[in-house]
Amino acid sequence: MKQRTLILLAAVALLAAACGPKRVDEKPAETGTAVPASAESSGAQSAGVATVDTSAGSTSQGALGPDGPLGSQRVIYFDFDSSEIRSEYIDVIAAHGRFLASNANVRVRLEGHTDERGSREYNIGLGEQRAQTVKRALALQGVQDAQIATVSYGEERPAAAGSDENAYSKNRRVEIVYIN
Amino acid sequence: MRCALLACALLPAMAWAQLKIDITRGVTDPVPVALVPFARAVPADGGLDVAAVVQKDLESSGRFRALDRGAMPSQPSRAADVNAASWRAQRTDYVVVGRVVTVADGNVQLQFELVNVLTGQVLLNETVTVPQSGMRAGAHRVADRIFEKITGFRGAFATRIAYVSVDGAPPNQRYQLWVADADGENYRVATQSSQPIMSPAWSADGEWLAYVSFENRVSAIFVQRVRTGERRQVSARRGVNGAPAFSPDGRRLALTLSGSNGNLDVYVLDLTTQALTRITEDPAIDTEAAWSIDGQTLYFTSDRGGGPQIYSAPAQSGARARRISFGSSYTARPRVSPDGKMLAVVTQDGSGFHVGVIDLASGQLTALSRGALDESPSFAPNGAALIYAGRDRGQSVLAMVSVDGTVSSRLKADQGEVREPVWGPFLN
Repeated sequence: MKQRTLILLAAVALLAAACGPKRVDEKPAETGTAVPASAESSGAQSAGVATVDTSAGSTSQGALGPDGPLGSQRVIYFDFDSSEIRSEYIDVIAAHGRFLASNANVRVRLEGHTDERGSREYNIGLGEQRAQTVKRALALQGVQDAQIATVSYGEERPAAAGSDENAYSKNRRVEIVYIN
Repeated sequence: MRCALLACALLPAMAWAQLKIDITRGVTDPVPVALVPFARAVPADGGLDVAAVVQKDLESSGRFRALDRGAMPSQPSRAADVNAASWRAQRTDYVVVGRVVTVADGNVQLQFELVNVLTGQVLLNETVTVPQSGMRAGAHRVADRIFEKITGFRGAFATRIAYVSVDGAPPNQRYQLWVADADGENYRVATQSSQPIMSPAWSADGEWLAYVSFENRVSAIFVQRVRTGERRQVSARRGVNGAPAFSPDGRRLALTLSGSNGNLDVYVLDLTTQALTRITEDPAIDTEAAWSIDGQTLYFTSDRGGGPQIYSAPAQSGARARRISFGSSYTARPRVSPDGKMLAVVTQDGSGFHVGVIDLASGQLTALSRGALDESPSFAPNGAALIYAGRDRGQSVLAMVSVDGTVSSRLKADQGEVREPVWGPFLN
């Protein structure tokens, strides 16, 4: 039962990432338009935080539901061969961090991925580094170590098929998966 | 011999039942040979056309051209009955004749002779004895002997390959680890999962495969006895478990662990005592370890210098690592040649990712393949060729290239994706 819930939530997270507002994936290679993105997500997160603080423990509705502000921003994208968090994602991660810090019983799994270029096991390492970077950013918000699991799939589970930069930019990612 | 000594590197057969072979680059002057159908032992030979198996092996190497059966002046089964002049008229240089004979205790003998029709000399007069169930393997050994006699290099037709296939669309993907004969026959699934399988590795005796499986939602390393399918989990530590490699004596496994802080490092696990020895200890990504043939040194990928490069370190302790690869900004995933003198690697240049070799004595790095997304090179056990994975017009392919770069071939799967081919050792 728990396994199925886990898979459903992961599927929802993937769907949300694919179908949610496109502002985070529209410009994966740029950093110049960070200001509008963070302004939007700040607005969203303040609404999200307000909702969240009063509904501690609620994960399938409110902030984390498929239509909620955090629910639609669960994927962090990265530049090639990099595990550095781009400025446009800082607020998104902080929002998740604040929610988790306020809900110590809620746990997440950070799933790190890469594009297909280069060797597979090295890419496992790169995906893990990406997951760890997001973990550290969450920890800065006060999230406990026990709340965060990491796993790297390297290039083994791409989000987008294809061998062009359009696909690659969608595959270099960390997915934030709520597991309870 | 039609080829210069160094150019005569052997490219063993790679004609897959599920995969279609396509020689993209062969020698300009293949050796013409005639494989006469063997005299049969009915019903003990099970209907196997031994000469056809040998012919397919030799032709798939890119070094031989076989005479069509319809053009054969006669079909003798003994060298004494070979009229050399009639074969020379068909422009063949060599004729192979043979007989399948049943012997006591259920075995079968493949008796064969190799005749040089230019000189009339009988170069080989040998017998391969196998159980009835092993006739196909026996035919590959016949091909090996002929190949070796004519080219001077050991054949690798009696070998096996393992590889991973993926089909289906997410989230209903199916990952399968396959084992097949080097000619694509006798293919069967060793293990399968809805979660990724990666990094297969043979033990030196060919009895075991180690691999990484995500069947428990996180990476874990399994070893599996190929003959029986019996498998056990050998590392499921917290964090990454990856890149398994058996030591030459089979007693240890090099592997990659990250622990809970996500920092990948190379370790050695004693499979009997479970003792774990740490080989690298630094914040970089250290992974993809491969053993020297004496079991004393590990070669591995590390990005401690910025981008991925190959380093070496003693396998017994965590002594200082030495950089091995130069000349490219990205060189990774070393595999050691059977003679221990070369590494197969993945290397990046302006035209993409290729497979290549590093000569350990000189440090020279040579790219061998021409695709943009080539990966996972593995040496044939005779050291003469690499099998690897690549992409061609959006489709995944397995491909081979001889170590001297002169012969290449490509195999396309009918469906799904194929990846991570790994060449097993010589079969006995």
